[in-house]
Amino acid sequence: MTTVESAVRTSDGRRRTGDDARGKRAGRWRKDRTLLFLALPGALYFVLFFYIPLLGNVVAFQDYAPFLGFTGSAFVGFDNFVGMLQDDTFWRAVGKTLEVTLLQLVLYFPAPLALALLLHGMLGTKLKRFVQTVVYLPHFMSWVIVVVMFQQVFGGAGALNMFLRQNDLSILNIMNNPDSFTLLLTSQVIWKDCGWGTIMFLAALVAVDQNLYEAAAVDGGGRWRRLWHVTLPGIRPVLLMLFILRLGDILSVGFEQILLQRRFVGPNASEVIDTYVYYNGMIDGNWGVSTAAGLMKGILGALLMYGANKLAHRFGEQGVYSR
Amino acid sequence: MRNPFALPPMPPWMERPTALGRATKGVALTIVCVLVLYPFVLAVGTSLAGADELRAAGGWVLIPKAPTLEAYQVLLSGGVVTKAAMVTVGVTVIGTALSMIATIMLAYGTSRPGALGSRPIVIMMLGTFLFAPGIIPSFLMVQQLGLLDTYAALVVPVLINAFNVIVVRQFFMSVPGELLDAARMDGATDMVILRRVILPLSKAVLAVVGLFYAVSYWNAFFNAQLYVQSDKYPLQMILRGYIIDAGEMNAGDLGIAHLPPGQAIKMAVLVCAVAPIVCVYPFLQKYFVKGVLTGAIKG
Repeated sequence: MTTVESAVRTSDGRRRTGDDARGKRAGRWRKDRTLLFLALPGALYFVLFFYIPLLGNVVAFQDYAPFLGFTGSAFVGFDNFVGMLQDDTFWRAVGKTLEVTLLQLVLYFPAPLALALLLHGMLGTKLKRFVQTVVYLPHFMSWVIVVVMFQQVFGGAGALNMFLRQNDLSILNIMNNPDSFTLLLTSQVIWKDCGWGTIMFLAALVAVDQNLYEAAAVDGGGRWRRLWHVTLPGIRPVLLMLFILRLGDILSVGFEQILLQRRFVGPNASEVIDTYVYYNGMIDGNWGVSTAAGLMKGILGALLMYGANKLAHRFGEQGVYSR
Repeated sequence: MRNPFALPPMPPWMERPTALGRATKGVALTIVCVLVLYPFVLAVGTSLAGADELRAAGGWVLIPKAPTLEAYQVLLSGGVVTKAAMVTVGVTVIGTALSMIATIMLAYGTSRPGALGSRPIVIMMLGTFLFAPGIIPSFLMVQQLGLLDTYAALVVPVLINAFNVIVVRQFFMSVPGELLDAARMDGATDMVILRRVILPLSKAVLAVVGLFYAVSYWNAFFNAQLYVQSDKYPLQMILRGYIIDAGEMNAGDLGIAHLPPGQAIKMAVLVCAVAPIVCVYPFLQKYFVKGVLTGAIKG
């Protein structure tokens, strides 16, 4: 009998937590220590590879020299930031980053929605499952593979140019053309992730209240009107959430993707903030200035995310996190 | 057998789609599928083509007339590619196993609301979404830990993905409390509950998260470039070096004298790097939606 009672009390305590958080430290320790021990190695990982490196950003305020380390290097205040703001390469990287982001917002952001609408309804389930399997596939390819795939089709010795050459047409320079590099990057992103992006939209489309469609149809709303007045408002929270997440990421554009193709178009056409940090810091040894650029980017990104979320709340939407 | 093109059942108020509308949709989806699949088929076809056929065709063959496995035999006969493939397989298998263990431990350890210390740890995990420490500080950390130029550098710095932990934790928390209480009444400890109740119920979500980890280990190249020397390079770095950057592979590197067409070999390397994912992933596809959406629910 006592066993049952104590067991019931434990189960009760599990729900009631928070209230009795203040008292009985020892009791909680005995009750929760297994869980705590299980969680600690993971917590240690985040401290080691996330929070301590985050502190490593002090390099941004130092005249850092690798052989002197964090402790030995002299603090220089905001000199690195000044140096960064006076660096033309940095500003070119900022401009390029915004250019890529903007093009991706215009071309890549709506693409999964269009594909999801195409996939939604209409098809038989078997066929739909097949198409989904196909379009999700590229998401699992690494950037190396995506670039190789583009190269084999569009490269100088690729299949497209082979076809053009055999038919005595002029060759298209797609992979090595600095002028259209932004467009190339965007089309690679679309090839890789457009299908994957439909998952969120498809789930949202299923969740739209079917009665609304029927009511709209009874009131004489055709297919397009229903799309505009029922479907799109119905998935607005998801659209907004994805948009906010994208805003938070506005300054990170395809680091690995650009790194792989930088050689082909030269730094002028391809340098974005992330590659600037890498090449200027790791390769050229301007540790301080590069870390300053990385830190600036991180802070701006977090602020953008926070601001966009606030804006979403202002408009009465849920945003990414509530509160 | 049912006609795969048959329409799903429709409510009576909905207009029947016109033939033209359906045809347009069909064509659009076919184009999408072809755009996705064409490069894959092209790579497989070319890797299987013989030297003469490739030369005659101009370098690319979609469907070889006389398929040969010559290129694959060369790759598997030892040399750089075999070594790199072994590195990739080893990192993927060991890394995924370690990542899953760490993820399950962390997710279970923080899954009981109000448990001692769980809240700060959860906040710590969520914090990783807001900031990234940046390449340079991360590199310096790996250097300080003495992991530079070790295989461990390909696993340890990316051991746990906070997003995956949140997904698994969310699922663990959705297991009905009555079930856990019942187990506790029977005298089960937290460890026993994890092993006998929680894990068997979570196979689907663990499969998805396992796939995510495996794919990210399989695909990683930048950590290798940053942290290790070329003798420890995984397959992705070889692909990068030989195909994206250099073009032709040379016979010396492969450890053989007679060289079949370079094009076929390159494509064979590509196929080796792609095949495991293409083979495994369709079986797990039905779980994706659940996995992706659970993670999207506000933490």
